[in-house]
Amino acid sequence: MAVIQVQRTPLSLAERTYLPQVMGAMWTTLKHLLGPADTMEYHEQRPAIPPGYRGVPTLVRDPNGREKCVSCQLCEFVCPPKAIRITPGSVPEGAGVDHVEKAPQAFDIDMLRCIYCGLCEEVCPEEAIFLLQQYSMSGYSRAEMVNHKDRLYELGGTLPDRHFKWGVKKAAEERASGHH
Amino acid sequence: MVDMLLGLPAPLLALLKGAAVILVIFPVAAACSMAERKVCAWIQSRPGPNRAMPPVFAWIPGAVILQRLGVWQLMADGGKFLFKEEPLPDHVNRLYYTLAPVIAMVPALTTVTVVPFGAYVGAGGRIVPLALSSVDVGILAVFAVASLGIYSLILAGWASNSKYPFLGGVRASAQLISYELSMMLAVLPVFLWVNEPGAAGSLSLSRVVEFQSRPGFWGGAWFLFTMPVSAFVFAVALFAETNRQPFDMPESEADLVGGFHTEYGAFKWSLFFVAEYANMIVGSAVFSLLFLGGWNLLPWLPLASLLETLHHLTGSALWLHPLVAGLVSVVILLAKVLLIIFIFMWIRWTVPRFRYDQVMKIGWQKLLPLSIANLIAYALGIAFLQR
Repeated sequence: MAVIQVQRTPLSLAERTYLPQVMGAMWTTLKHLLGPADTMEYHEQRPAIPPGYRGVPTLVRDPNGREKCVSCQLCEFVCPPKAIRITPGSVPEGAGVDHVEKAPQAFDIDMLRCIYCGLCEEVCPEEAIFLLQQYSMSGYSRAEMVNHKDRLYELGGTLPDRHFKWGVKKAAEERASGHH
Repeated sequence: MVDMLLGLPAPLLALLKGAAVILVIFPVAAACSMAERKVCAWIQSRPGPNRAMPPVFAWIPGAVILQRLGVWQLMADGGKFLFKEEPLPDHVNRLYYTLAPVIAMVPALTTVTVVPFGAYVGAGGRIVPLALSSVDVGILAVFAVASLGIYSLILAGWASNSKYPFLGGVRASAQLISYELSMMLAVLPVFLWVNEPGAAGSLSLSRVVEFQSRPGFWGGAWFLFTMPVSAFVFAVALFAETNRQPFDMPESEADLVGGFHTEYGAFKWSLFFVAEYANMIVGSAVFSLLFLGGWNLLPWLPLASLLETLHHLTGSALWLHPLVAGLVSVVILLAKVLLIIFIFMWIRWTVPRFRYDQVMKIGWQKLLPLSIANLIAYALGIAFLQR
């Protein structure tokens, strides 16, 4: 039985005058009138951003201050709106990352195209790209709305690493077992 | 100074007094539009307009409070309405289209002339009302002139030559006819009671206030307490007459886009709104004069006794000065008017708009019989009491 039969009771005289309802409604609105505002006065007050929020995509460094991105271009391929453009380059000598082959020469994310889907973060094998807590992007030109590599690192900063993948890999190589 | 002013020729003096009253009504009516936005915002748990401020004023300490209250926003809006382009649509009747907002303003500001807005204690303890013209037809003049305001709505609706304004104009006229009757009948018992047999008859509003300032339990009671049904019917009809929600059928932006002012913009549009608020101010003033004891602060506390008490408490003879008394009475009446306007706004943001057929039904089937029954009951009662 999906249908519930409700007996409609006839309105009382007080209800038919409509006045008790109006009075009750006015009491409700009076409470709102005297109560605090529910809204936030944005830009003086900012909302608290919970962890796991998908904000502006950024590049992060590992706790040793090394560039994590190895320029595999998976994010570029997976990006649905094609907002990411990576120009791979060689690793500069003495950067402490000799165990990887490549590093991005240029890394551009066009924020006019980005849809904040987070697929780049999900696909990254090096955990180098993160959607962090910045939610507001503005600029006066199209060029300003493209985040370049230095800007991306500035936004991302350094995140704690849970795996130290490179350290594990390097230790395995030094043991020369070929497996890790 | 006062003597010099009173020594001016009568027409010039009348002109000055008229200008003074208009200079008060116009900004108050404009400020009401900001008050409306703020009340709306607070009821919806928002802060409301609080950003606009010319940076020049930022260093003045009080200016920030004005900013939070939206006063600068009001000025910015007013300035914008004055200077923005006023497009004249091609399909309108140019003469009447331009005339309608002017016609809206004229009755709105004309009714003020016959509404007493204060009083002072004259020679021999006699209360002298402050009014631009203390005519004996009082309430009749208010009703007669206030009803003319509806012509501007009809004219705007017709001259706009498009369907939504037209429907708005038609609704405005039908609504006025439906509620004017109940309003009149609601007020009649008040004047039946005030005009005792044997005394000279008067429809003057100050007479009603005087009647509510008499000594004794029944003499000092406001008509709100002795005639609650009249007050209720008058208040509801007032909502309908001033086209306020829940009766704002002529505007009714949900179904008529903007109603009678759909085709209007800029200064002409704002004139309609200043007229609406001016009508509200006059309506509230009439309500407080008729039912809330006018310039008496509290029931059973007439203005004269209030000033006497203040005189005794402070020991200052200043309270008995006619100028101070006049000022106190104006402030009391203005406070009542602003309170009623606040209630207007409070109800506007609480109660949803009636459907048009409901408006007609309430007017003709509920309010009119109620006011007629009320009139008959009070007529019999007053005939019995004042036999």
